[in-house]
Amino acid sequence: MDLSTTYLGLHLKNPIVPSASPLSRTLDGIKRLEDAGAAAIVMYSLFEEQIHHEAAELEHYLSYGTQSFAEALSYFPETAEYNLGPEEYIEHIRKAKEAVDIPIIGSLNGISTGGWIQYARKIQDAGADAIELNVYYIPTDAKLTGEVVEQRYLDVLKAVKSTVTIPIAMKLSPFFSSMANMAARLDAAGVNGLVMFNRFYQPDLDIDALDVVPNVTLSTSQAIRMPLRWIAVLFGKVKASLAATSGVHGAQDVVKLVMAGADVTQMCSALLLHGPGRITEVVEELDRWLIEHEYVSLKQMRGSMSQKSVADPSAFERANYMKALNRYK
Amino acid sequence: MKREKVTIDGNEAAAYVAHKLNEVIAIYPITPSSNMGEWADEWSAMGRKNLWGTVPSVTEMQSEGGAAGAVHGALQTGALSTTFTASQGLLLMIPNMFKIAGELTSTVFHVSARSVAANALSIFGDHSDVLATRTTGFGLIASNSVQEIMDFALIAQAATLEARVPFVHFFDGFRSSHEVQKIEQLADEDMRALISDELVFAHRQRGLSPDRPVMRGTAQNPDVFFQGRETCNPFYLACPDIVQKAMDKFAKVVGREYKLFQYVGSPTAERVIVIMGSGAETAQETVEYLNQKGANLGLLKVHLYRPFSVKHFLGALPATVKSIAVLDRTKEPGALGEPLYLDVIGALNEGIMDGTGPVKSMPRVVGGRYGLSSKEFTPAMVKSVYDEMAKPKPKNHFTVGIIDDVTHSSLEFDPSFSTEADDVFRGIFYGLGADGTVGANKNSIKIIGEDTEFYAQGYFVYDSKKSGSTTTSHLRFGPRPIRSTYLISGAKFVACHQWFFLEKFDVLKTALPGSTFLLNSMYGADEVWEHLPKLIQEQIIQKKIKFYVIDAYKVATQTGMGGRVNTIMQTCFFAISGVLERAQAIEAIKSSIKKTYGRKGDQIVKQNFDAVDQTIANLHEVKVPAKVTSSITMPPVVAETAPKFVKDVTAQIIAGFGDLLPVSAMPVDGTFPTGTTQWEKRNIALEIPVWDTVTCIQCNKCAMVCPHAAIRTKVYDPKSLAGAPATFKSTDYRGPEYKGMKYTVQVAPEDCTGCELCVDVCPAKNKTEVRLKAINMSPQPPIREGERANFEFFLNLPEIDRRQVKVDSVKGSQFLEPLFEFSGACSGCGETPYVKLVSQLFGDRTIVANATGCSSIYGGNLPTTPWAKNKDGRGPAWSNSLFEDNAEFGLGMRLTVDKHTAMAKELVTTLASQIGDDLASALLNADQADEAGIHEQRMRVAALKQKLAGISSPEAKNLLTLADGLVKRSIWIIGGDGWAYDIGFGGLDHVLASGRNVNILVLDTEVYSNTGGQMSKSTPRSAVAKFAAGGKPLAKKDLGKIAMTYGGVYVAQVAMGQNDLQTIRAFLEADAYDGPALIIAYSHCIAHGIDMGRAMGNQKAAVESGHWPLYRFNPTLVRDGKNPLKLDSKPPKIRFEDYAYLETRYKMLTKSKPDEAKRLMSLAEGDVKARWKWFEEAAKEWEAAAPKPGSN
Repeated sequence: MDLSTTYLGLHLKNPIVPSASPLSRTLDGIKRLEDAGAAAIVMYSLFEEQIHHEAAELEHYLSYGTQSFAEALSYFPETAEYNLGPEEYIEHIRKAKEAVDIPIIGSLNGISTGGWIQYARKIQDAGADAIELNVYYIPTDAKLTGEVVEQRYLDVLKAVKSTVTIPIAMKLSPFFSSMANMAARLDAAGVNGLVMFNRFYQPDLDIDALDVVPNVTLSTSQAIRMPLRWIAVLFGKVKASLAATSGVHGAQDVVKLVMAGADVTQMCSALLLHGPGRITEVVEELDRWLIEHEYVSLKQMRGSMSQKSVADPSAFERANYMKALNRYK
Repeated sequence: MKREKVTIDGNEAAAYVAHKLNEVIAIYPITPSSNMGEWADEWSAMGRKNLWGTVPSVTEMQSEGGAAGAVHGALQTGALSTTFTASQGLLLMIPNMFKIAGELTSTVFHVSARSVAANALSIFGDHSDVLATRTTGFGLIASNSVQEIMDFALIAQAATLEARVPFVHFFDGFRSSHEVQKIEQLADEDMRALISDELVFAHRQRGLSPDRPVMRGTAQNPDVFFQGRETCNPFYLACPDIVQKAMDKFAKVVGREYKLFQYVGSPTAERVIVIMGSGAETAQETVEYLNQKGANLGLLKVHLYRPFSVKHFLGALPATVKSIAVLDRTKEPGALGEPLYLDVIGALNEGIMDGTGPVKSMPRVVGGRYGLSSKEFTPAMVKSVYDEMAKPKPKNHFTVGIIDDVTHSSLEFDPSFSTEADDVFRGIFYGLGADGTVGANKNSIKIIGEDTEFYAQGYFVYDSKKSGSTTTSHLRFGPRPIRSTYLISGAKFVACHQWFFLEKFDVLKTALPGSTFLLNSMYGADEVWEHLPKLIQEQIIQKKIKFYVIDAYKVATQTGMGGRVNTIMQTCFFAISGVLERAQAIEAIKSSIKKTYGRKGDQIVKQNFDAVDQTIANLHEVKVPAKVTSSITMPPVVAETAPKFVKDVTAQIIAGFGDLLPVSAMPVDGTFPTGTTQWEKRNIALEIPVWDTVTCIQCNKCAMVCPHAAIRTKVYDPKSLAGAPATFKSTDYRGPEYKGMKYTVQVAPEDCTGCELCVDVCPAKNKTEVRLKAINMSPQPPIREGERANFEFFLNLPEIDRRQVKVDSVKGSQFLEPLFEFSGACSGCGETPYVKLVSQLFGDRTIVANATGCSSIYGGNLPTTPWAKNKDGRGPAWSNSLFEDNAEFGLGMRLTVDKHTAMAKELVTTLASQIGDDLASALLNADQADEAGIHEQRMRVAALKQKLAGISSPEAKNLLTLADGLVKRSIWIIGGDGWAYDIGFGGLDHVLASGRNVNILVLDTEVYSNTGGQMSKSTPRSAVAKFAAGGKPLAKKDLGKIAMTYGGVYVAQVAMGQNDLQTIRAFLEADAYDGPALIIAYSHCIAHGIDMGRAMGNQKAAVESGHWPLYRFNPTLVRDGKNPLKLDSKPPKIRFEDYAYLETRYKMLTKSKPDEAKRLMSLAEGDVKARWKWFEEAAKEWEAAAPKPGSN
């Protein structure tokens, strides 16, 4: 079965792409993902904060308390070279490219157009085939208008685009007033792919310790509904590739998302739960499903159930909400 | 040949040559020589090669004795080998030095000469250490300046290879070892020209080899030992000429000429000073100045002191000499004179008797002492010596630089006499350690040294506190080499980097008329004047000082620099000092920023660049008004209520007038009163904790963790609140034990260092706003006055009756008065909470033996010391012997206590009928297991003393002096891991095996903290430390496990941050155990690269990862048929790396050597697992071995 697809202009053997996760932190992990059948790998994210703060933190602690006391003018040996965050990350990409044959997609996570953008260039120079920009941004400032927030996405995209020549995908927040408009504007600004959606980890409260605690919960297949809707809506309306992320656990999820219009489906939680071997199972299952359902290729199926291809486009809109409610009655 | 000009300090100069010319280097840290070893280790770690193309092997040993032994072994097997040391360290090398010299072995030891501890320890420079090695047979070569240090390191190496006489190459600790100078760096070619490969091969050939076996080091009898000892004579006789030959060759190759005895001054001088070391530079500057003004003076600078060449000495003196003053930088009590003085007299006597040399009749020779412990030695003092020599009967055995009002040895001098040339820039910079002033100044020196033709000199003075320390930088730049080896007393530029210094000392005292003053001020140019103290205003007007201000903290905040104003103040300096053209200076600063921070990331470089750019716009000249308007005066140094000694002596030292204290002000035998930190109000905290009575759950954890005893709790009768200040806080005590009483948490506002440990551990949260705890940080200045009064009121509240305290609880223990308070330890120190706990639980009956290290410095460094006493006048008595002997020192204390107690008991028995049989019996059989028992015994002793007063027998008088010993005493032997695991381990082991009742507290920071973070055997695998730049490759030694093998030693491992109650129990059990007890206490440290205010969390993680299992091994339980080993922590629940990577000491390796970090971390993870398994199984085995109830 021809499971191949094209994403960000890259020809991929199947639509399964592990998303940015700790699995790509080691070369061994990257090789295991490739061996399991991953079509490309989105590397773990290089965070803007990491670039800024890791260097500052190291400098702070290496110099803290120095030149203060006659007997101990310093507390650490001088070391000639430090591989601070970006360099380490970039070196990792270089090694990953040498180690595997599938495309490697670098991931930059940040919200400003500051100095960190230059690392996009370094990621490209290290051999990355594309870059996924993750604008992980929770606008909490009440004075900040939606317009400004939207502009920030566009600015970051433009800044990175002016720095690199490789394709750029943008991982989006689902919380835009007008998702379709935002997608269209990013598309117009030249984005090569839209990744839907960022899973914002919602904090929890520890009511005994009275602490706000980070609470990372892995997704379930339930989570594909939101990307499913928006991919279905956007399919055919934007030039950019469409990637689904959140909730891809089995072949059925992949089928649904591709039918909605996804070029690739990104997996994370399932791989963290079951290991990279899950990719092999999903690809095999997908292959079986397509044969059983007499599809000739994956491409044949793509977008077949997008908003524009279904009998009732309003099923993806408000009316659908009413029906859903009715069904529960 | 063009040689590189470098701007470095003396230690680096010595290490540079030593690393090039040796194969095997054995090191051990000791101030001020540690940096030489650190350089050598770092260079080898970076792969820097020596002259023969190989990377020298650098090995840290367990002590200087060990380093000397290793060097001896390396030399005996043919390696070129060296070591670096000072002071006590050099003394530990003496036995090996006799051997090395006796075996005619070529080596050069590089020594930054430092005072040997006598009545007190001092880390600063004099020649008492090197002169103590005179009898070893080592040659002694003195360098007087940074350039000479580099030159003589080479000359000495060349000479030792030919002469086969080993050398100590020495230079003055701090003054030369830490002075930064622009010098010419020797090239490899220079070294090749001086060092003969044939002689190196010959040295190697003399090494022991089984291929040509010999034996060296036989034991000999009276028949031949003497003759054998005389065989070395030809070598020593030839040695001076060989050294001179090396100097001559050096002059030919490099161009700088040196003599064994270098004469400077008039060829027809009648008055000549003889001197060695950095003082010779000042003397030369003075002689040249005075001769220019018409004087006819001479100076003989001694370079080769041993072997002492009479021929060369006499040859160097002018024939006209009539009077010689020999200056020694040491003190030999009881000697006829100091060593150089005696040698000069001997040499003159020999020469004149033999008729050799130009001097035909005996000149008048006087000797004098100067510069002990880096005491300033200035041109004014040199002049006073020449002036004295001109007198018909000059003083002999004089001192210069102090006021000796006891034996009147001192010479008077005129402090205003100056030889400084006008074309030399002189700047003084006052900063805080934390604000980066010293680093910035070192950088400025490099910029000026490297970007201009100017010569540059920098010298840095630090106070002796580890938190909030003040630094003073002395910078000179000029067109000629700078010989001024003394502090600047007339500055053309003064920078004050902290506003509050204006209230503490006279920052403009040294400012010259017409000088420039730069102030970091939160007040702008228009408003600053009215906020200045009167003294400052007066001087600005009188001296016509140009005055500039900048709000450097504002610029730092704006540019993301945090609290570091270094780059900003440095830019200001260049902008207004005129040392460099402004644009050129800014470019140079930026290029230097790039060089310094480039490897630490672009962001840091950018921040610094921004700071530079923002500076100029924020720097303003102040239009100085014509009149003094201020009425602000400096507050008194100590309170009026302070004791006389504190007012007369301590306050003078605090105020910076210690140099002016006469001999009579000092105790004759090093004995000082305790409890003096309470008088030094440092006010270093920007924010202090404020108590919320409502949220507080009264757990007392805040008081427990406070490193400075600056947050305290009391429970007291409500009636005591009468007269309380209006803002004094109090609440009902919650809990059944003190029903109806009041409770207060009080902060010592002027003693708190603002570390925030208390806030971090506070478990209570405000119910309506959870960010608030029961104590919260608040800016200090607005509440200082009120809290000062509150603290004073708090101190006067009655202390709780110790008998009513449940001491084996966190809460109870913290109602006991701390008798260790306000030390100079780092803000957030991890050691002092344990030390304070000892003082609370046992302080009124404790003697402390303290190993040299952090705890002896924050515990015993003048001006003020933290060990205190209670209202009855009881408290810990404290002493520090050495670094290596602390366990033995403490054991000796126990032996005395036991002996005196036994003697007292014998006398009580003898006198029983006179003092009353009941009292005698009660005294002899007292149960002193708890506070009540101790109290009862104290009452009995008081009664005994009353009775004894009425008995006139010798036995009664004898018993009177011993009676206090009938009350139980606790001996605490305290030190760090450098002492316990390394240098003092042999003694510690012996004391553990002695069975005697001592308590040993190891404050385990897992590095040598006091000397700057060198690896010890306690350093965990994979942690980076100095001497382990690539991560410690081997596992941490398990001291507790070793101690447990004796079976009869109480052993506990504690970490207050994880389990404070277990800590308290361990301390109580250790004290109760009638035998040796060892407590190993996890002490977080600034050398770990952590957030000190959150460091109790690091302790917690250390335990939870299994790195630091908590346990108590109590041999008493074996006697009771129980399992003695109790594991007090749970199996590891986080990975070792989850703990380790909270700390820079581990994390930095992942940034410098990621693959190695991974390898070591995996091994370290294995260490932790193995250790836990061992403890778990040992506990099970003990449990299984313990008899079960009902069994026989």
